[in-house]
Amino acid sequence: MNVIVCVKHVPETAEAEIAIHESGKRIKTEDLVFDINEWDDYAVEEAVLLKEKLGGSVTAVTVGPEDADSTLRKCLARGADRAIRLTDKAFEGSDSYAITKILYKTIKDLPFDLILTGTQASDDGCAQVGVVLAELLGIPHVTMVKKVETMEGLVKVNRELEGGLGEVMEVKLPALLAIQTGINEPRYISIMGIRKAMKKEIKVLSLRDVGLTEEEVGESGSWITVEKMFIPPVEKEAEILTGGVDEIATKIVETLRAKGLI
Amino acid sequence: MKELFVLAEHRQGELRDITFEMLTKGMELSQKINADLTAVLLGHNIKEFAKKLADHAKRVLIIDDARLENFNAEAYQRVLFHLISERKPSLTLIGHTAFGVDLAPSLATELNLPLATDCIDLDFEGEKLVVIRQVYGGKVNVKASLRKSESYIVTLRPATFEAQEPKPQDGDIVKIASPLSEDITCKRFIEYFQPPAGEVDITKADIIVAIGRGIKDANNMPVVEKLAEALGGVLACSRPIVDKGWLPNDRQVGTSGKIVKPKLYIAIGISGQFQHISGMKNSDLIVAINKDSKAPIFRAADYGVVEDLFKVVPSLTNKILEEKH
Repeated sequence: MNVIVCVKHVPETAEAEIAIHESGKRIKTEDLVFDINEWDDYAVEEAVLLKEKLGGSVTAVTVGPEDADSTLRKCLARGADRAIRLTDKAFEGSDSYAITKILYKTIKDLPFDLILTGTQASDDGCAQVGVVLAELLGIPHVTMVKKVETMEGLVKVNRELEGGLGEVMEVKLPALLAIQTGINEPRYISIMGIRKAMKKEIKVLSLRDVGLTEEEVGESGSWITVEKMFIPPVEKEAEILTGGVDEIATKIVETLRAKGLI
Repeated sequence: MKELFVLAEHRQGELRDITFEMLTKGMELSQKINADLTAVLLGHNIKEFAKKLADHAKRVLIIDDARLENFNAEAYQRVLFHLISERKPSLTLIGHTAFGVDLAPSLATELNLPLATDCIDLDFEGEKLVVIRQVYGGKVNVKASLRKSESYIVTLRPATFEAQEPKPQDGDIVKIASPLSEDITCKRFIEYFQPPAGEVDITKADIIVAIGRGIKDANNMPVVEKLAEALGGVLACSRPIVDKGWLPNDRQVGTSGKIVKPKLYIAIGISGQFQHISGMKNSDLIVAINKDSKAPIFRAADYGVVEDLFKVVPSLTNKILEEKH
């Protein structure tokens, strides 16, 4: 089974202080730590598990600047065989759609049975890349995939719906699966694995290499353009309890007692 | 006459809430641009749904086909491709749900129409369509504009708009012949499944102690277990805890898990992604403990503690035990 996995190098923002850049159109990323998108981490693990079970190869692809190599190295350390980074000044300002066109142009000529992506990225949360890519390639797709079972010429997958409900679908190969978190347990990467990965080549391709024009990428090739970013307005705000830890705990207990909860 | 489409979403014999949320927003927008609000209903044996939708829209377009009985993005896309190509609605609203996420991006690509997903608001500014989206886990909002087009597709985040009671419209129900000419062979729906119920039903609990990513390690679980025990409550969690296998599926609160409404909800180390918030925001009293003062959870909570959970929780547990003795 030849698997291509699309990954994104994203800033870790869950516990970080975020500030809007002076341009008003992006956030300041200087002090943020970047890593592989959480959903993609599960997709890479699933790709490697499939390879280990069925043979074949895993190719990791990303669109991003040189820094994104650390995310590709992580994929290689986890068991990917090849890595491709798509980089060009013209790619700046691309939305999910323009990014997907870049991935499409690269992937359409590679041999594959299955393409895996994350269901969404933790930065823009668009949840589009996988589904658009499948459409451009003319192959079926399933999103929010929580389990993959391979059969002759097809995959049987569990897909997550709302409220704890799921559905089982069968899809003919080649197909694209957008992976949901929790599908597996991404493996621990050993120092040895990282060292080995450092020696592997990362293929770097530009706008011209993939055969796109400047109009097809960046803002001109996008569906949406960011006008401004802003911190969400406060509609409701919690009353923040202050003081020492014990003082805070006492305040909470008093509140609970007043409400008859203890 | 211009049209604004709302794609009705239904599952297992019920129209889903997002349908009415979209119809409410769709009505407002359709009046602004002077368009007819049209509900699009695809499925099989769905007459009852059509009647309900007719109260909310000027017109209901209904396509009844056995191949549309269960949601299958491939079949839905083929039908919608025909419908949108022919009628060219100014805008098509689709829910940003498991259903819409699987359908909208490929549909927009095939139609070559601009798409914005997971929007929390949208408006026409003249000819231009602008949307508000949340990024970076709800910490930042973005205002974005769509490439100019005669028709757009937008997916709306569920539980963002409040569905209003309709002014009965008595909309026309228009049956359209199914444009599906063949079976969908590349993708097949097999069945629904529900994970087996565990010992604890968090939807019935009066007191819930919920944990998130901030708990860091499975070895830290006793810290919060003791608090839950002291309060006589149950332990629940946000998505990452289930993903890591530290608590079973049926303890997850949120869109893909359970909707809860306890008397007390203590959120510990939970940042507050909207998927989680929509599962717990109607709790009577919400206390959030998180180190990050900018965490979105503080916009849902009544009381907030900006502090290290490993300091606050043990102290709180002790004080509750003292109080009880």
